[in-house]
Amino acid sequence: MEMVMSESMVENTSQVEGRAIPEQTIGDIHVDNPRMTARHVDVFYGDKQAIDNISLDIGVSQVISFIGPSGCGKSTFLRCLNRMNDTIDICQVGGEIKIDEQNIYDPMIDVVSLRARVGMVFQKPNPFPKSIFDNIAYGPRIHGLAASKVELDQIVESSLQRAGLWEEVKDRLDQPGTGLSGGQQQRLCIARAIAVSPEVILMDEPCSALDPIATAKVEELIHELREQYTIVIVTHSMQQAARVSDRTAYFHLGRLVEVGDTKQVFTNPKHELTQDYITGRFG
Amino acid sequence: MTDRPYQGLDPQKAAERVAASIHLRKRKETRFVWLGKTAVAIALGFLVLLFAGILSKGIPGLFQYYVTLDLKLDAQQLDPSGQMTAESLAEGDFDGVIRSSLYQALGNPEGRKAKREARRLISSGSSQRLMNYVLDNPDQLGSTVSIQFAVDDDVDTFLRGLISRDTPEADRRISNQLIDYIDALNAQGRVSYQISDYLFFGSASRDAEMAGIRGALVGSILTLLVCIAIAFPLGVATAVYLEEMAPKNRLTEIIEININNLAAVPSVVFGIMGLAIFIVAFGMPRSIPLVGGIVLALMTLPTIIISSRAAIRAVPPSIRDAALGVGASKMQTIMHHVLPLAMPGMLTGTIIGMAQALGETAPLLMIGMVAFIVDVPGGVTDPGTVLPVQIFMWADFAERMFIQKTSAAIIVLLAFLISMNAAAILLRKKLERRW
Amino acid sequence: MSFTNLMLTVLVIGALYFIAGQRAAFVFRSNGAGKLHSLPHYHGVWAAITSVLPALIVLLILLIGKDLLFQLMARDYFPEEILMGDTVDRAIALAKISNVVNGINFGEVEPWVQSAGDAWIRWEANAIIVANSLVLATSLVGGLLGYRRINPTFRSRNNVERVLTWMLIGSSLVAIVTTIGIVLSVLFESIRFFKLIPPQDFLFGLEWNPQFEGAERAGSGGGTATYGMIPMFVGTFLISVIALTVAVPIGLFSAIYLAEYATPRIRGIVKPLLEILAGVPTVVYGFFAALTVAPVVKSIGESIGLEVASESALAAGLVMGVMIIPFISSLSDDVINAVPQSLRDAAYGLGSTRSEAVRQVVLPAALPGIVAAVILAVSRAVGETMIVVMAAGLAANLSFNPLDAVTTVTSQIVTILVGDQEFESAKTLSAFALALMLIITTLALNYFALQIVKKYREQYD
Repeated sequence: MEMVMSESMVENTSQVEGRAIPEQTIGDIHVDNPRMTARHVDVFYGDKQAIDNISLDIGVSQVISFIGPSGCGKSTFLRCLNRMNDTIDICQVGGEIKIDEQNIYDPMIDVVSLRARVGMVFQKPNPFPKSIFDNIAYGPRIHGLAASKVELDQIVESSLQRAGLWEEVKDRLDQPGTGLSGGQQQRLCIARAIAVSPEVILMDEPCSALDPIATAKVEELIHELREQYTIVIVTHSMQQAARVSDRTAYFHLGRLVEVGDTKQVFTNPKHELTQDYITGRFG
Repeated sequence: MTDRPYQGLDPQKAAERVAASIHLRKRKETRFVWLGKTAVAIALGFLVLLFAGILSKGIPGLFQYYVTLDLKLDAQQLDPSGQMTAESLAEGDFDGVIRSSLYQALGNPEGRKAKREARRLISSGSSQRLMNYVLDNPDQLGSTVSIQFAVDDDVDTFLRGLISRDTPEADRRISNQLIDYIDALNAQGRVSYQISDYLFFGSASRDAEMAGIRGALVGSILTLLVCIAIAFPLGVATAVYLEEMAPKNRLTEIIEININNLAAVPSVVFGIMGLAIFIVAFGMPRSIPLVGGIVLALMTLPTIIISSRAAIRAVPPSIRDAALGVGASKMQTIMHHVLPLAMPGMLTGTIIGMAQALGETAPLLMIGMVAFIVDVPGGVTDPGTVLPVQIFMWADFAERMFIQKTSAAIIVLLAFLISMNAAAILLRKKLERRW
Repeated sequence: MSFTNLMLTVLVIGALYFIAGQRAAFVFRSNGAGKLHSLPHYHGVWAAITSVLPALIVLLILLIGKDLLFQLMARDYFPEEILMGDTVDRAIALAKISNVVNGINFGEVEPWVQSAGDAWIRWEANAIIVANSLVLATSLVGGLLGYRRINPTFRSRNNVERVLTWMLIGSSLVAIVTTIGIVLSVLFESIRFFKLIPPQDFLFGLEWNPQFEGAERAGSGGGTATYGMIPMFVGTFLISVIALTVAVPIGLFSAIYLAEYATPRIRGIVKPLLEILAGVPTVVYGFFAALTVAPVVKSIGESIGLEVASESALAAGLVMGVMIIPFISSLSDDVINAVPQSLRDAAYGLGSTRSEAVRQVVLPAALPGIVAAVILAVSRAVGETMIVVMAAGLAANLSFNPLDAVTTVTSQIVTILVGDQEFESAKTLSAFALALMLIITTLALNYFALQIVKKYREQYD
């Protein structure tokens, strides 16, 4: 029943402005040293298919950006990578996603420890209505990461330092995180994610609510974090994708159309849809 | 970059520590969910207990025991002057007719004590019932008819098995002799257990077997009519003014504060106001549905205003713009477009307010609706009582049968409330479909 | 003419003016007198309003003014000693006269009372004639004046709308008038009470014992009445605390479960069921408490060797708690749902379990709203009447023991004011003083709750 519906949907939607969405992703989905691998991932919201058969590798210490028009499924796919979709009752995920050779949808895998390994930064800065210190310390506290108060202080300080926020807030750690500016809030949220020492950080349009200067700071931060973390970033801005990422994946209507080195995708897109999007014909 | 003193936890080590914490956290999670489920279960348990308690007592209260007697309706005895009016019948000896039929059914007991016991069998209101029967069926005068009379409340309680035969005679309210009589009537098939017509058609009475809710029901309806006639127009008008026309000034602010305050004032205080203003200062009579309705209207006003405002706010501004755009005046826009569209929501709020008013007791006690009134009120200025107050009064009586009657009256009240709320829910559903 | 007939006549006159006004407009239109400013039916409504509205105002003034006037006129019949006496005597005299007017007889009637009563009945009869003619004349003349203003350029619609607007404003003022009515009715009698009983005795008195009223008035012995409100406030406090002990954990955990864990299906079933608890009339709870819960509490208590009053605070408090559960759960549910989803996402994104997110992120964020809900629930419990009247008893014990019988402010008010009151006795007046304290308490609680909610809203706006 579901199969029939999804097929008919694909039939209806696989033509965009006369251009076909390919069944098979163009470009190499494989990397040499994958941290996460997704194979044949489908996502349904109720009986609406949001993701259709996506396979993709995400490499260690790499920044990969997901681009594509609104509603193309890039955020949905991102949220599959740390099972944030679990919080939506009607969401069904099919296929296989592995982190370090472990299937994350395996019933034996605990979603809590998964999310400790795959952190997330959201579109809108969402600091807790607590102090700056407590915001950063929240993750280490719930996971029992710090053996002592000293260690917790160290984690907080180093996280804030790596997020480039330490100098700005070190004198007011006890003030509410909601009192910071938008850009500072977002870097606080990144620091909060780092504090858990994740292997992968997912960023869902992290700069869409920020002004250009704050955006530049966050991009700079992403640039610095790449040496230690695997970063997946969903973005609406092609310039941002071009600036921060090593690889770029282009999504369209629930399918992964094309993936490749950022340079190649932006200078020499292989598929017409990618080309149209990059050149601003729609989006 | 190497000058940084501390580079954070190594992911490997972090993963180990996370794994170590998981078992305990899972247990906490389970405990937390269990707490939530228990809380819901307890709350629903209370609901079940409440309803089980009331239904288990109240459903039997909807029924009562009757004795069927064959009565010879002797014209001379019942209507000595032969005029067939309520006045002339008042002189008839209805008690005598019932008594002789009763004695006959019991094999004509001898002696005053035996006869007194026999008379205790049936309700003392039986002669009134017979009189009403004759008034309704004058052509039956002279013939012999079978009529059912309620048994006395103690007998009723005994028949329900709530008084044991094994109790020593001195400790129960029913003598051995009376039990023998009951058995005799039972053997003749004269005793029956049926829906209580007294409950639904009888009025207030100190005799449990005759007590009914008709007067209270009519009183409740009259009170609610007054209440809705005042509260609905006032509430809607206030809501329209505040939402659509009120300027942002001090007066508007004061009105809004007052509405919020009124919503917080305990209901009993509204009763005190009704007592002090309508009864003492204006000299209006006590116990009348008019005053009760006014007091309840003032009490429910905040509910109606608040829900009506919500309903008006839910009307999309585009509709107002459209009407104003074709040249309608502000008032025409409100009357032709906003009000009709907001009406289902306003009605929902009004029904909920009325349900609240229907169940309210305390303010009505203050304005004297607690008086013992036998007559069914014929208008809003006749003294009367209402259903919840009737329940309150009955709950105070010691007779066992009153517990059942009270529970039965509660069932009737709850039935009204549930149907009103169901109507409100249906209306809300209808409203949701609109946009 | 009876009141109903008078009203009907006024309405019929209004309807006739409506027809006349509308017709006049049609005539203008067909005469080609140019374009009408307003539609014909507005002219009709205008004529009807000018007829009905002044008549109703006159009627209202007459209804309210009549009794006050008669009371003044009745003074002419008072004997010297009552005229010289205090307000109490005058009120009693008026009550006697009103008995005569209403045909209620309590034995011997003094001659002056009888003649005053007879006069009053005469006045009533005259008043009806005067009222009828005044009201009818007003409606006829008013309508005529309105009707004569109708012409093609007359702005009927604007005038009608102005009247409507004023009627809307008038309706809105009812809320203010009601508040003033409540405050004045309670305040005046309270002031009279405080003239009899010093406020400090009332506010800080530890003994409540109002029954020796007659003795006090007669000035003879037999014990003195004492009016200390502390025992009742302690009783109210005790029962409220018991109620909240039941309602807050159950209501709050239910709300958390329903908001954060339950599937939409379960939520859809459980929420309305809980709301039924809120819709059950308090008199039903009272009956349940007195008949079912109190005996159970008593027998359980006694089975473990405790002494339990048959009308214990515990039974009333438990049942009141049940009544308040839906109140807490639905308000908490609202504030929990108002916590932005982004905060939950942040917590989940860091690897929180659901309960960690709830306890450490959602609840702290919702705390002000929950506190406000609890305060509102306290105000509810303090003002609740029927449960305590039926289940808590009247013994004014100064006790913090939940197994004792205690009394509350509301149940004392009801006890004092139900039935016939002497409006001049300290006992009756004490109920108003208690009501004043009750209003102050509940309004203060409400005020705090609203302040907290306001602050809380600002946090997320």
